[in-house]
Amino acid sequence: MQLYRVKEKMDIFCLLILSSVLVLVSFFIKNSYYLLILNLIGLNTMMVIGLNLFIGYAGQISLGHAAFYGLGAYLSAIVNTHFNLSLIFPFWFPQWCITWIVIFLAMFCTGVVAYLVGVPTMKLKGNYLVMATLGFNIIFELVLVEWHSLTGGSNGMAGVPYLAVGNFFLNSDIRYYYFIWSFTLFTLIISFNLIDSRVGRALKAIHGSEVAANMVGINAHKYKVKIFVVSAMIASLAGSIYAHYITVITPKSFDANFSIQLVLMVIVGGMGSIWGSLFGAILLVLLSEVFHVLGSLNVVVLGLILILVMIFFPRGLIPSIFSLFKEKVPTKTPVNFHNLETNIKNEESF
Amino acid sequence: MTFFDKCLQFLFSGLTTGSIYALIAIGFGVVHNASGIMNLVQCEFVTLGGMIAVTYYMSLGIPLAISVLLAIITVTVLGAVFERSTIRTARSQQLVVLIFITIGASFFIRGLILVVWGSDPFALPPFSGEEPFHILGATVLPQYIWVFGITILVVIALHFFFKRTVIGKAMRAASGNKRAAALVGISVNRVVLYSFAMSGAVGAIAGIIVAPITGTSYDIGFIIGLKGFSAAVLGGYGSMPGAVLGGLVLGVVESLTAGLISSAYKNVLAFVILLLVLFFMPSGLLGEREMERV
Repeated sequence: MQLYRVKEKMDIFCLLILSSVLVLVSFFIKNSYYLLILNLIGLNTMMVIGLNLFIGYAGQISLGHAAFYGLGAYLSAIVNTHFNLSLIFPFWFPQWCITWIVIFLAMFCTGVVAYLVGVPTMKLKGNYLVMATLGFNIIFELVLVEWHSLTGGSNGMAGVPYLAVGNFFLNSDIRYYYFIWSFTLFTLIISFNLIDSRVGRALKAIHGSEVAANMVGINAHKYKVKIFVVSAMIASLAGSIYAHYITVITPKSFDANFSIQLVLMVIVGGMGSIWGSLFGAILLVLLSEVFHVLGSLNVVVLGLILILVMIFFPRGLIPSIFSLFKEKVPTKTPVNFHNLETNIKNEESF
Repeated sequence: MTFFDKCLQFLFSGLTTGSIYALIAIGFGVVHNASGIMNLVQCEFVTLGGMIAVTYYMSLGIPLAISVLLAIITVTVLGAVFERSTIRTARSQQLVVLIFITIGASFFIRGLILVVWGSDPFALPPFSGEEPFHILGATVLPQYIWVFGITILVVIALHFFFKRTVIGKAMRAASGNKRAAALVGISVNRVVLYSFAMSGAVGAIAGIIVAPITGTSYDIGFIIGLKGFSAAVLGGYGSMPGAVLGGLVLGVVESLTAGLISSAYKNVLAFVILLLVLFFMPSGLLGEREMERV
């Protein structure tokens, strides 16, 4: 996989525009609340892109990605607050490096967990896949609440240190803004490469028909596990950064509801559309901030959006809006939606 | 209290919660057989049943028995309305889309329940007194008997419904082969509608009979409902004897582990069982083996 290769001219153009907008925005926005929201959007976008590779491209479902997000966050928090790691490393080893090593170790551990969960789970389909991933998320959440001595129970953990590079501490919203969004852009570039590679084509083939993919020599199960692990590791990275940014984490942030919200972002943005993931994350984070004032009505509105989008725009909100202007803006649809029709026929003819 | 007495005590309470799981599992199974959908709104049917019964009884002052009946009817109608308004109108009938609709609806209804009834728990009075009696050294609340008895009644009634009535036979035919059922004149759409109404009724019954024991609050259905799903998978998804067996086994195992080993991870157990069954025995205890067709 080459990092410098984003083939589609349109995508390069959009990436450039996005980067310049992000830089411009940083000059004008000084309010730390707005920066917080932008940072949350960035973190969510990372995860949604990862999840979209799994849902939109490989055609699978996961209601368990909040658990991987939480795994990253909690591993970072636990190691940094409970253990004195400087004892293991030689004395000249800078403290700030250790935090970073922990983040990548957390990613690695999450990858291993995702692999162990993924191997049996990726054999499942439809309802069972939904329930297995949801069940995994619920188990994770219950363990977080019950394992008081390690995770602080439902009160969560506080005092996670800020990240630092040398003596430069990431201790303000604006510094995290640059940091988080560079990771998000990096994730975007990587996923553009990924979908335009052998792996990406294999995933699309699996989405079209798993049996046909197997017939042409694509090990469908192996690829599904792979992309599951990759998306879990991205979520873990986002989780670790979240823990080091907010510095307080509670199990509530990583429950099944958040998994569903992540999937909702994928769906609203459009399954199989990388740019859609960005819009989905922006829209949903903004909506939940706006509707926060509604209190408990918040959930009602989110549920209603999910129902309406699914009933009227099963391909997702952004792709449907784009297809209205199809003549003007030619959009590349990576998912072959003719399959939708054949899938229905296949399902009906038991 | 001897060890045997303890076990017996846990067995009785396990059978009671197990009956609730069994009812919910039946609800999941009925919808699955008719439409192939995993209807997550089942969880909300359970909550709605308890909440609406409490409202009829407490706020409107309707006698308990009639409130219970009215609540069941209300949720049954709501189940049908849900199917007509969302599942039927969906533009894409792809399974993933329909599952997400039920997830969204589950969110929506849970949120509405929270707005209407608030987050405080409510309690329904036991159906016949609170005087416990003793069987073989174990203390049993009368409500336990009610739960167990009503579950048995529902199972028997459903058995006759599916074996003897025309609609029941049509539903079984449609779950076997939709196209063939449609060819002999069965309206598959109507079968799906009935299945949602039935799952609403069964879910409401579960929610109402458990309300005097655990109380009822806006989020009670979520965990009980998902445990009911675990029970359905354990017994074999879509099989009615399987649902009953799975529910009872899950209830008893859960109660025994909570009582004898540790109650901290009681809720985890159902989901660990769910994952283990899905990974190693996807057809469950009594389910039919699913074959992949191309």
